[in-house]
Amino acid sequence: MSDPEFHPADFMKPADFMGPADFIKVDGVDMTFSRGEEEVHALRGLDLSIPKGRFVAVVGPSGCGKSTLMRLLTGLAKPSAGTVTLEGAALRGPAKGVGMAFQNASLLPWRSTLSNVMLPFEIVAPHKRRLRANRAEYEARARALLKTVGLEAFADNQPWELSGGMQQRANVARAIVHEPRLMMLDEPFGALDAFTREELWSVMQALWMERGFTAVLITHDLREAVYLADEVLVMSARPGRIVHRQEIDLPRPRTLEMTYEPPFQAHVHSLRDHIQTVREAH
Amino acid sequence: MTRRRLQILMPWAVTLGLFALWEAFCKISGIEVFILPAPSDAWAAGVEFWPQLLEHSLQTLFTTTAGFVLAVGFGVLLGLAIGSSTLVYKGLYPVLVGFNSIPKVALVPVLVIWFGIGTVPAIITAFVISFFPIAVNVATGLATIEPELTDVLRSLGASRREILAKIGLPRAMPYLFASLKIAITLSFVGSVISETVASNSGIGYLMLAASSNYNVPLVFAGLLVVAFLGVLMYALMALVEGRMTGWAFRGTDLMS
Ligand SMILES: Nc1ncnc2c1ncn2[C@@H]1O[C@H](COP(=O)(O)OP(=O)(O)OP(=O)(O)O)[C@@H](O)[C@H]1O
Ligand SMILES: [Mg+2]
Repeated sequence: MSDPEFHPADFMKPADFMGPADFIKVDGVDMTFSRGEEEVHALRGLDLSIPKGRFVAVVGPSGCGKSTLMRLLTGLAKPSAGTVTLEGAALRGPAKGVGMAFQNASLLPWRSTLSNVMLPFEIVAPHKRRLRANRAEYEARARALLKTVGLEAFADNQPWELSGGMQQRANVARAIVHEPRLMMLDEPFGALDAFTREELWSVMQALWMERGFTAVLITHDLREAVYLADEVLVMSARPGRIVHRQEIDLPRPRTLEMTYEPPFQAHVHSLRDHIQTVREAH
Repeated sequence: MTRRRLQILMPWAVTLGLFALWEAFCKISGIEVFILPAPSDAWAAGVEFWPQLLEHSLQTLFTTTAGFVLAVGFGVLLGLAIGSSTLVYKGLYPVLVGFNSIPKVALVPVLVIWFGIGTVPAIITAFVISFFPIAVNVATGLATIEPELTDVLRSLGASRREILAKIGLPRAMPYLFASLKIAITLSFVGSVISETVASNSGIGYLMLAASSNYNVPLVFAGLLVVAFLGVLMYALMALVEGRMTGWAFRGTDLMS
């Protein structure tokens, strides 16, 4: 056991029974929505385990329950059956201090870009307590992050003065500014043009390599999944469950050049085949 | 002339045009002044009786403002309660709709029994007639929050109170200020109604008294004052709205 995270105190935690590596664990989760008379089985019998610090991408056909899975993983929704465990504790209610970014940037229009990015400091402990007395320090942190995502010139603009790509950068910055343990990304780059999207992949990868959080990325873009993730999970059509797991062993940092080379292409092809199978099985 | 200049001039031109038509109609048809006085007759009556008009207008402005302030306070609280809790919404909705269907003039006699005639019934009528649109608008602002916004805050660990403060209130602001324009006009209607039915002061009372003396030009002078004050208060609220919630218009300058 040469796990740097390992500590004797970990023996005391129930997490240890699954091995200290399990940051997120999902066991036999069902999710059923009732729409009037009929029932929609969004997820059925879904198992999943994500070690700490991993970047995991989830792909699958539209409507298979990816967004639902994300809401379950953060405790925003309760599964109809089964359990979700985060850091060894069963989730009851929303997990605290998780960073989330959705497909639409969902910035608060009445706040400037900087103020939007600083929102997590106003809510997450211990920043919440310290913010008033140390505003300058926090503002500097937020500005530094805005610089990393290429928005330093727009810190004081209102969100609607930003382009779609810029709003998405701000959205990612807001999700990450408080250095969350867990980052949830639901197609955050889906609405962007190809160039901006690829640029943001590299921003995202740099942030992840620097900060080492655990990340779950939901995407329709297989190249995006292979570029960013350590591991790609393929979901079946509804009712969704994980049908294939693919390790992406490409070295980091990954570059756009690599996306045109055979090892990368092989991963994309293999994933495409699996999704094709899943869609035909439907 | 630019389109912009035209837009600024248009309201004045239309208003003056209407008065001119009215004046011309009275002069040409020779209609009796105690049936339809011309604007010039109403103006003359206004000049003659201006101290009374001023005094009673101030009284009406006072009852309107007092009722309006109460309505804003109560309406906002009610709107927040309805908008943030489905249970409160389900429980109160039929009662509120029922209450809102009662013509408020029917309440005035009841208020007179309880409080006597005068200032208090006018304030209460102004209040009950105008809190409803405020409450409905604030509740709508809360109910139409994008779920993603709430999800972002919830996953950060925000409490219900924090979500209300960081998203709910700012989100409801444009809805609130939009409703104030309607509410102040309704509030004004409420106090004039109450003064007409049961008071011995206020512009509504003045018009009633004038009409029982067959002083029709003064009645019309009163009506014009009411209309003028209504426009004035509406414009004031529109100004406040533009100042407070510029973000809701996404930078397109509606005031110009
Ligand atoms: N709140 C809800 N009420 C009822 N049905 C729901 C609800 N949320 C999701 N569903 C249903 O669950 C299924 C999965 O939805 P979900 O949004 O998780 O799909 P998805 O994989 O994210 O799709 P996409 O790739 O298009 O974003 C869909 O059939 C959807 O209609
Ligand atoms: Mg989705």
